Amino acid sequence: MNLWEIDIYPAEGQPDLLGQTVVADAAELGICSDLAAQSVCGFLIQGNLDRAQAHQLANELFADGVVQRTVVAPVGDQVLSTPPKPGSRLVHVMPKPGVMDPVAQSALEAIADFGIKADAVRTLRKYWLDEIPDDLLARVCGRILANDSIEQVVPGPLELERLDVGEPYQFELVHVPLRDLNDDQLMELSRSGQLYLTLVEMQTIQAHFRELGREPTDAELESVAQTWSEHCSHKTLAGRIAYRDERGERHFENMLKETIFAATVEIRESLGSDDWCVSVFKDNAGIVRFDESYNVVFKVETHNHPSALEPYGGANTGIGGVIRDPMGTGLGAKPICNTDVFCFAPPETPADSLPEGVLHPRRVMKRVVAGVRDYGNRMGIPTVNGAVYFDPRYLGNPLVYCGNVGLIPRDKSAKETQAGDWIVALGGRTGRDGIHGATFSSAELTSESDTLSGGAVQIGNAIMEKMVLDVVMAARDRNLYSAITDCGAGGFSSAIGEMGEDVGAEVWLDKAPVKYAGLSYTEIWISEAQERMVLSVPPEKWEEFEALCAAEGVEATILGKFVPTGRLVLKYEDHEVANLSMDFLHGGRPPIIRDAVYEPPQVTALTPAPETDAGDVLTRILGALNVASKEWVIRQYDHEVQGGSVIKPLVGVANDGPSDAAVVRPVLDSQQGLAISCGMNPHYGDYDTYHMATSAIDEAVRNCVAVGADPRRIAILDNFCWGYTDRPETLGSLVRAALACHDLAVAWGTPFISGKDSLNNEFSHHVDGRKETISIPPSLLISALGQIDDVRHCVTMDLKRPGSGLYLVGLTHDELGGSHFSLVQGLTGGAVPTVHPERAKQTFAALHQAIRSGLVRACHDLSEGGLAVAAAEMAFAGGCGATLQLDSVPHAIENADDDELALTLLFAESNSRFLCEVRPDQQAAFENTMAGLPFARIGETTAETRLTIRRTANGEPLIAAALETLKTAWQAPLQW
Amino acid sequence: MATPRVLILRAPGTNCDQETAFAFERAGAETELVHINRLLEDRRLPNAFQILCLPGGFSYGDDIAAGRILANQIRHHLDDVLHEFKAAEKLILGICNGFQVLLKSGLLLDHADGAPPATLTWNDSGRFEDRWVQLVPAGTACVFLRGVESMYLPIAHAEGKFVTSNAPVRNALADRGQLVLRYAAPAPAAAGCETDLDTPVPFPHNPNGSEANVAGVCDPSGRVFGLMPHPERYIEHTHHPRWTRIDRREDGDGLAIFRNAVHYFADSLQTQS
Repeated sequence: MNLWEIDIYPAEGQPDLLGQTVVADAAELGICSDLAAQSVCGFLIQGNLDRAQAHQLANELFADGVVQRTVVAPVGDQVLSTPPKPGSRLVHVMPKPGVMDPVAQSALEAIADFGIKADAVRTLRKYWLDEIPDDLLARVCGRILANDSIEQVVPGPLELERLDVGEPYQFELVHVPLRDLNDDQLMELSRSGQLYLTLVEMQTIQAHFRELGREPTDAELESVAQTWSEHCSHKTLAGRIAYRDERGERHFENMLKETIFAATVEIRESLGSDDWCVSVFKDNAGIVRFDESYNVVFKVETHNHPSALEPYGGANTGIGGVIRDPMGTGLGAKPICNTDVFCFAPPETPADSLPEGVLHPRRVMKRVVAGVRDYGNRMGIPTVNGAVYFDPRYLGNPLVYCGNVGLIPRDKSAKETQAGDWIVALGGRTGRDGIHGATFSSAELTSESDTLSGGAVQIGNAIMEKMVLDVVMAARDRNLYSAITDCGAGGFSSAIGEMGEDVGAEVWLDKAPVKYAGLSYTEIWISEAQERMVLSVPPEKWEEFEALCAAEGVEATILGKFVPTGRLVLKYEDHEVANLSMDFLHGGRPPIIRDAVYEPPQVTALTPAPETDAGDVLTRILGALNVASKEWVIRQYDHEVQGGSVIKPLVGVANDGPSDAAVVRPVLDSQQGLAISCGMNPHYGDYDTYHMATSAIDEAVRNCVAVGADPRRIAILDNFCWGYTDRPETLGSLVRAALACHDLAVAWGTPFISGKDSLNNEFSHHVDGRKETISIPPSLLISALGQIDDVRHCVTMDLKRPGSGLYLVGLTHDELGGSHFSLVQGLTGGAVPTVHPERAKQTFAALHQAIRSGLVRACHDLSEGGLAVAAAEMAFAGGCGATLQLDSVPHAIENADDDELALTLLFAESNSRFLCEVRPDQQAAFENTMAGLPFARIGETTAETRLTIRRTANGEPLIAAALETLKTAWQAPLQW
Repeated sequence: MATPRVLILRAPGTNCDQETAFAFERAGAETELVHINRLLEDRRLPNAFQILCLPGGFSYGDDIAAGRILANQIRHHLDDVLHEFKAAEKLILGICNGFQVLLKSGLLLDHADGAPPATLTWNDSGRFEDRWVQLVPAGTACVFLRGVESMYLPIAHAEGKFVTSNAPVRNALADRGQLVLRYAAPAPAAAGCETDLDTPVPFPHNPNGSEANVAGVCDPSGRVFGLMPHPERYIEHTHHPRWTRIDRREDGDGLAIFRNAVHYFADSLQTQS
């Protein structure tokens, strides 16, 4: 048995890209401005290889002779640790044993293809760092080279004998005595076992087992903890809440059901036979109608806590997880596009100001983007929509929202687990990774989270999931199974528990394929290892199903049977390790009753500074991180794979303007399309979460309408990320937002079809012995899925040609509260934007009619930065100038002096507004279509490539800027 | 006119197979998606096809290097049957990952002395990028580029930088007219003015730093062709990133590649019969 190391260096004259990145990162993060680093990619291969074989693999498999050179030797050989130049120090970084290493897995199979037998492979990275002192070395390792939660750092020569992981498992049935515990002891058990259950819940479990006259096994207790976790059951928001605000008190039995779900129920009832919702708030994703043959499904999830600890793996498995939702909806949808929204602290946060245990936001952002990129691109799913928001309060608790849209045949949109079916596990093997992800994600983060919960952090293997997808699509079309769901949080425990809820299940845990020996039955049961699906396969279909899987190289295993007992029975070999009633598991959770209070803040006046330079404000808003170009992010995503791209995230004459929404054609021989967009504005939540919520819905919907979606056919999703909801005022701000969601959805007939919440998003650390907590701002993401009957009528936001009329549609109010104007001017106060539902509905309908009739050449919604930013973006995206005058802007602003009025008209973020370019010969028709609504012709496009905005036609310009200047201001901040 | 049949090869991680099949069908071919495992079991399968296409994606995750593992599978197990396929004057097309596989397997350029003469490696930017590029054909050797004067297509890759092992190799490829597709600056040179396609075009027009701006390469016969850009992503008017700015509605530039393949084969089937 030998252990070979193959090191791969760039050949003479070839760039060392990884080394250059390390040097750049060290400088950017302020750690070291003159680091000199050389990188090496390495492979460790264990097996009976001779030197010739090791060299053959190095030359033909691992290295590219045109651009790379290799060093090959047994581990420990001096040649591997001989510095390329004197004084260089060596550091190895490799995945911790058991952490997913997809490249190593592929390499192992590829070695077999050479007819060479290897037992194990592990990847590593080596760095040679020039003359670096110990303390700096430690910081470079900790902050740049490695992430301690998944990787190990080995300085100096590598001393390693074997790569094997795991050791044989000796079965031992574990009971957890709790019948005789007092309340303190119950809570200690909840904490130390990472169950994160409340006292009442622990007492309920205690009572249940006292009644049964026995102690629970560890597997039983874990099953209950997973099923009752906030992550899996949404017990807070779906629980009882006593809510109080300025309008009085209201009691909810099930808050979500009585607000957001209720809105959808009302809408569906009012639509009657025209109801286009198919399945809402039931399956893994919401389903609505698309065309004669297909429905579409949509789901957005969050993966915040894992992304805080290990941004790459967290985001990687976040997107991987949400893709499995449509795959596990109905009988399996084909994922057709992704949407990703992130919230970070500002990337320029000084490195020395970070609390212990917090990764630098710049690193978090880069690694989150890389994680989404590497998974989404490999899956072959275009990432077409997204947004990035910045606020210092996301420092220790970044938000990573990942969403996926799927296409499903209409006759495959429902599933039903059948008693007698095999329980089949499909895809990746089960390992110790991801243990306690469900309960962990329901807890608050602390500076010790890294050490406590490292097992909840994983790396994904996108190709495994792609292989699973290929098999699922083929098996679905051959009717080989009766139900399917994904293994997400809670692993088999949640998946099988849910699928068998109405039937009953017997599971044989020893049958589960494992990554390495040594897993206990409980670890197998609750592991959240990635890329696994569970299917209910009729026995008569098993043979064909198994053959299909074998043909595509995907592992499928019978793990048990759905049995009509109403019980969940787990076995390991001949031992029964759990026996719970489904009723207790799914219905036994005690209702949580929480108080929620909302006090609307006093509205204070916002007073702009005298003689504010509007041009300067515009430039600074364009350069504000929330507004600035996200091209650096967008280009790293494949947004065109699958061949259905219609409106890309970047549009305009130079392919770099900010599109309002993406449009795709999911069926290649059809012109019918889907629009995907989002809306979010955490700043408004600081003023009033009701208006924050309606503004987010308005933004998501108007983005869809702006590209041509039919406002009568827009489905939306809610994703609540909030702070610690045990505090009545925090929960109150959430309930208020949910009420707003209900009200506006009903007013517009815009149904919510799915949603998810992530609570307790706070980060705690100690400063001089005192606990300090940073709570995220209320962060409600609304995602919209619009429909377009013919994509050839779509419009983009870039100005097209000189000589067109520019029309402002919608009414401007005195609403600078929470605006980007106030943000860049350092002002507070003012009224936050509200939505006027009826007027907005009519505006959307009329504008859609105009777009559908071909009367609109370009259309952009007004959002952050208001009219001035929208006009600037349209102009520089189109490379076409514009002149505007403010005196014709329709508004409802009273008691403002001329200067205040002008600033408000320029920068207010009032909802339901659009700026449209209309050809001269179509202006009459456009005006007829918009008749009765607030709109006005406020300017025209020009041949001169400048943006000029005046108060009156002949007045002095308030803003006069070259498009190049504006575009540079917008592109510079995130041009990494 | 006979309808050529296209074998579209799938492997774990292939992900542009369906839209590539759609493009071939739009051009008039029949297609079948075939998993590499099926081909390894039945090595005579290609006999029933006239065109072999290796579509884009991330075969085996692009683990180790883009296309490397699938290329080795082909080298170890399918080298003879695919060389027979070539010898029968059939067509082979590799797009993006398929180009990487063709090059690394030796199907496109012979590996003299076991060493590949050229490779596709990491973009100078060090990362994956999706952007549209202007392309011009060089010479007339390539069957797939007949009649094409220029193309505007998207690239979406991390490892697309074409590098040869040395200058003599590069010159030999150029002399034989095999460096058939080049990245170009968007504004074409004035008519009648001969441009030098080898003069380095700056980023982002040459999106990855390829030597001699090479975006696509063919074998000496012109019947085996690999390219990094994605022709299957521009077959409809609405695929163009600026279609809302363009009044005339035409087929996308990429369709020509699939049509040329179909026509070539239809023509040659006719001449044989």
